[in-house]
Amino acid sequence: MCGIVGLLIKDPSQRERLGEFVTPMLCSMGERGPDSAGLAVFEERVADSARRFSLFCETPGCDWIALGRRIEAELGAKPGISFAASAAEFAANLSRPDLQAWLSKNAPDVHILSVGRSMRLVKDEGHPQEIAERYGFRRLAGSHAVGHTRMATESAVSPLHAHPFSAGEDFCLVHNGSLSNHHMIRRKLERRGIHFETDNDTEAACRFLEWRMREGDPLETAIERSFAELDGFYTLVIATLDSLVVVRDAFACKPAVAAETDAYVAVASEYRSLAHLPGIEHAHLFEPQPERIYAWNV
Amino acid sequence: MERVIEFDLAQRSVRELNDLLHGPAAELAGCTVRVKHPQGKHNLAVGLTAEVDLEIAGDAGYFVAGMNQRARVTVLGNVGRSVAENMMSGAVRVRGSASESAGASAHGGLLVIDGDAGSRCGISLKGGEIVVGGNVGHMSAFMAQAGAIIVCGDAGPGLGDSLYEAVIYVKGAIAGLGADARTEPMSDTDLVRVGRLLDQAGFRHDPRAFQRVASARTLYHWNSEVHQEY
Repeated sequence: MCGIVGLLIKDPSQRERLGEFVTPMLCSMGERGPDSAGLAVFEERVADSARRFSLFCETPGCDWIALGRRIEAELGAKPGISFAASAAEFAANLSRPDLQAWLSKNAPDVHILSVGRSMRLVKDEGHPQEIAERYGFRRLAGSHAVGHTRMATESAVSPLHAHPFSAGEDFCLVHNGSLSNHHMIRRKLERRGIHFETDNDTEAACRFLEWRMREGDPLETAIERSFAELDGFYTLVIATLDSLVVVRDAFACKPAVAAETDAYVAVASEYRSLAHLPGIEHAHLFEPQPERIYAWNV
Repeated sequence: MERVIEFDLAQRSVRELNDLLHGPAAELAGCTVRVKHPQGKHNLAVGLTAEVDLEIAGDAGYFVAGMNQRARVTVLGNVGRSVAENMMSGAVRVRGSASESAGASAHGGLLVIDGDAGSRCGISLKGGEIVVGGNVGHMSAFMAQAGAIIVCGDAGPGLGDSLYEAVIYVKGAIAGLGADARTEPMSDTDLVRVGRLLDQAGFRHDPRAFQRVASARTLYHWNSEVHQEY
């Protein structure tokens, strides 16, 4: 199973309430995925030269304040670090390779979950409700978000195996379904020097799309290529810096329902995830068609 | 006097609702049960056997009115996947649209959907009847064995793939027929059948505007002479 949700707020005055709207969407999908959960939120963009980094520490009780001080002292970047439990987020004038190299040497249990000008990513093991409370999802603000509740079927239950998966910058996706040829995709990408963090099938789809976009494909072209490349079942919700995208495989047996009003676009595995949204009774409600790309811009 | 039972799903659970509806059939017969605040919840009114009128005021989730016998269920909203799946008898009416697998495997009874039905509508139908006011999605009537599906709008790709003896009647455009499905001329019996089902559903269409889709029966027997490429 697994539950997926996505929400894009059209009305800028409502962006403060993104977390308030998306958290019940995510929690109501707890029955579809009780073992882990994650949320990616696109917040206010930082300056061109800076990047937001989302981190996850595998060892419980990480001293994030001390880590922030060391990054400041040793990398010369002043990270205004915000953290809760095993996850932290900061923005600084740093590059991913520099931070990655420093972490590998000095804090090998800390992973970079995502990098970008806008995206913050939190994911962890546990019931979605518990994770939402642990990391204060309700307080998050931004233009759009994607979330996932996981019922693992093909690889281990761990925070790093949870969705959303991210690659490159300001790019992530969540997946309901399973891919049967992800080892093939992985081998193909690894030969091109692309590094994988886990053995999860969704990570292969995520890195495939990001690779195509880095090679110059617009997202829609990359997705069209993935129709031929990805073998399996999927409903994907994808987010970039300025868009939210939904796509289903040719059989479309993994559920999806979308609701659009003047104020927002929301997608979820099930309608009950959307039932609390304001004005839902007058929303344009539809099921995305197989192999059709639905994209909304911020 | 007609007895009306109000049930609020904002206050009570789905299990309590189904417990109430599974009470002695004789006590429920002739009652009207009105359910408020369904909020897309799953498994509402499954396995009913009493001759009861049930009205769900809002959107229902998966499997609403599944395995229905005798009851008349109306949903004043949309429904999730597998509405009235494996229905045996009675009637289920959806005032909005339905997600995939509507009426899957229904043996009897009548399912009417005012709006559209998603993919795989009437999959493996075994004798039930389905009338859809709008369109049906891809792979509808897949391996349907008996019964009828009336589509007043358009049908998606792969209609009637691997059909047995169920018959589909479509008024609008057919995006594509599945393996072994073919269009056939409407007989007088077909016109009467379509007219009767449209009347029962309360839809006004001319039965002559429908085309019949049925099995060409070429998959009924294994043919080792042909390449097994599908």
